[in-house]
Amino acid sequence: MADLKFTDDQASAEESAAIDAVIGDERATVHEHPRVIRGGTKRRHRMRHLLLPALHALQTESGWISPGGLNYICEQLQVPPAEAFGVASFYELFKVDQAPGHDEAVTHVCVDGPCRAGSAQVIAGIKAGGGHVHESPCLGQCERPTAVFVQGRRGPNVVKADAPNVLAQHGEPALRLLHRVGVVDPESLDSYRSHGGYAALDAAIAAGPDAVIASLTESGLSGRGGAAFPTGIKWRGVRDADGDTKHIVANCDESEPGTFKDRIVMESDPFALVEAMTIAAVTTGAENGWIYVRGEYPLATARVQNAIDLARSAGLLGDDVAHSGQRFDIEVRRGAGAYICGEETALFNSLEGFRGEPRNKPPYPTTHGLFNQPTAINNPETLLNVLPIVLEGAASYRSVGTESSPGTRLFCLSGDVGNPGLYEFAFGVTLGEVLERAGGVEGELQAVLLGGAAGTFVDSTSLDMALTLEDTRAAGTTLGSGVVMVFNQNADMTDTCTRIAEFFRNESCGQCVPCRVGAVRQHEMLVELRTGGPAMPDDRRQLHDDMARAMADSSICGLGHTACSAVASALTLGLIGTSQ
Amino acid sequence: MTAVYNNNTADASAEVAVTISIDGADVIVPEGATVLDACNAAGVDTPTLCYAENLTAVNACRLCVVEMDGSRTLIPSCSRPAEDGMVIKTDSERVRHSRKMVLEFLGSGVDLSQADELGTWSEFYGADADRYGPAPARINEPVKIQDDLYIRDYDKCVLCYKCVEACGDDAQHTFAISVSGRGFDARISTEFDITLPDSACVYCGNCVAVCPTNALQFKTEFDLRTVGEWRPEEHEVTTTVCSYCGVGCNLEMHVQDNTIVKVTSPNDHDVTSGHLCIKGRFGWQYVQPTIERGPTT
Repeated sequence: MADLKFTDDQASAEESAAIDAVIGDERATVHEHPRVIRGGTKRRHRMRHLLLPALHALQTESGWISPGGLNYICEQLQVPPAEAFGVASFYELFKVDQAPGHDEAVTHVCVDGPCRAGSAQVIAGIKAGGGHVHESPCLGQCERPTAVFVQGRRGPNVVKADAPNVLAQHGEPALRLLHRVGVVDPESLDSYRSHGGYAALDAAIAAGPDAVIASLTESGLSGRGGAAFPTGIKWRGVRDADGDTKHIVANCDESEPGTFKDRIVMESDPFALVEAMTIAAVTTGAENGWIYVRGEYPLATARVQNAIDLARSAGLLGDDVAHSGQRFDIEVRRGAGAYICGEETALFNSLEGFRGEPRNKPPYPTTHGLFNQPTAINNPETLLNVLPIVLEGAASYRSVGTESSPGTRLFCLSGDVGNPGLYEFAFGVTLGEVLERAGGVEGELQAVLLGGAAGTFVDSTSLDMALTLEDTRAAGTTLGSGVVMVFNQNADMTDTCTRIAEFFRNESCGQCVPCRVGAVRQHEMLVELRTGGPAMPDDRRQLHDDMARAMADSSICGLGHTACSAVASALTLGLIGTSQ
Repeated sequence: MTAVYNNNTADASAEVAVTISIDGADVIVPEGATVLDACNAAGVDTPTLCYAENLTAVNACRLCVVEMDGSRTLIPSCSRPAEDGMVIKTDSERVRHSRKMVLEFLGSGVDLSQADELGTWSEFYGADADRYGPAPARINEPVKIQDDLYIRDYDKCVLCYKCVEACGDDAQHTFAISVSGRGFDARISTEFDITLPDSACVYCGNCVAVCPTNALQFKTEFDLRTVGEWRPEEHEVTTTVCSYCGVGCNLEMHVQDNTIVKVTSPNDHDVTSGHLCIKGRFGWQYVQPTIERGPTT
């Protein structure tokens, strides 16, 4: 038994029962007899990944991470209490102090992007009704502001469910990724099968791993999470890597402000995600699947869990996946409110029960990923693309899009457009066409935020820009996670940029100096501009440029690399900092 | 966790050697060596903060970054393994800029007055920590004094993780402290910030020994500094062997005015790698009692 020291605080019976309910028999030590204790360092390390689920259970039961509850978790999992506290205090959804109202449900109200304008009124309304409110970063419901998420106490977490035909493009034959959304019953495997579900898995098993990887490579599919890494190369890397075991991870920690595509897919077509992950498993030889869903997506979590359970009952997961001879199963894990955990290596640390701090790369996840084993980690949208590629072949897949950006792309339209929502277009569509299809700009266009808070602003001079990886890169912008957030002439861009800077200040993990301090200094600079502006003096402009360059060059991960890009683009375009 | 590459793993007699270019000069280092090792071998001085020979590299401070051909971003030299054919620049405009900015960022939020090396490097790179507006956020916390052995001054903490590593699996395996919170509000802390005597701390003082900015200070040093009597330049350092047990740890007794004021152990000592236990670190009161005793009855 490890030599851990605990304070005298004891968990209540309810707390220990709630924790036991999620960690089950998985204890780092087993007391067989007062003098016989089975356990040890190896077992302790193997149990640690249950820390996050155990903290969730304690938070839900007690409304905070109580010292007694934390002691109980630490004793069962043999995690040092200081480390467990470090983990708990990292996440927004865990409270480590007994704040007033901690024993009630908390309503998180989004104050980002299109939700910002109406948030004050919503918050005031909840407070007037005696409710407990928390101002939240983007909740991934940007198409229906003002977004709200209720974190239950001894009760369920709640977000609003979408109406069945949620898409403006409902029924359009050109849809490749979203054709089942709003059509299929998301809670029925039979319904999924009757809409073509699991044909791709059968085809992938019949074709064999090498053929699947060849198709993926030929298709030119690249990652849709923001970095656009070629998926075929990633899967080939995992297949060829040596490891005791291999992992498939679906990165569903969608937290980029303005992004809500993964939520809609998981809520409306969860079996597609499960099927695509299973194809990844039989292709790379991975036996373990993980879906890391952001904590503010309870409906998506429930639907994905239901899909996994039904697939397992039907023999599509488990010891012999669809009679392929391969073992594969999927576990769902909830995030707890940390944007940084969408960074792949931070996600691994979070899942393993450590603070969600990014790791230095190399080594890369294909060889040293989750639990230091070969891991294919993909965005759900990337995984969705695998289904048509396997079914119809690379040539058919490439029939739309451009040479360098084949296929289609999901776009999250929000803000001042007629019909905000999720859209699918072939790569190469122009920004103007996208805005037109989404009901046109309401009012006069001032700016569009492309790619989220980590992306850049563009203005009306970019309406003819083709939305492809190559064209956006050439124009110095990015498609990122597919965010197209529209601002009309009434939008206060200085306030918008100040909030973006505040977002990064709050979400920086704090590990590396450039990001931890730089994000704070950028926010301070924008607060100064908001109160003292409108013009930004040359020396401040130079300072922002100096900070942006150092953060992009020397931060550990993408958060720090891009934390200044939206503000920098707003300065360049004259959206903020000019005397007009 | 990420693979560990420090120069403890670089075996000079390793059969495989890699050749790497540092500022135009070819340097041969054994496989497993880091870019920092190669810089040192090339005689290039590199500023470091979170790096220590006796700890796992965490590459958090980003002060040692260098430019590598083919890499979009700069790379941390302390933790990047040297590979054959790497072309490294340690003094390009980008490198100088990032190092300067890291030093400025630190200087703008942290009290670096007792981190001598950082002051020298700040001057070298022309870091101007005063250009961040009238009231940049700082930590602003009172010094924590909870016992007679060491103090914690968070205003001086640069979150280099060294103390956490020394307390954890790099040396002591006590795990009394960890990083808590997030971003600028992150702090080195015990669980729920309970006091050190209540925590798992065993008072080995290894965290104090690795702290680069004096955020962790022996109480003896802190008290002398408070009255303006800390004079390290006058210290006489006597090396001896700890007499408590048979392990044979080397001790360096730092003596000022014929009084022991601090005990360290050499980082390159085979037995300790710079780390000690409470007895070696603080158990010298029998030589010169510092705790006033009440009258014996």
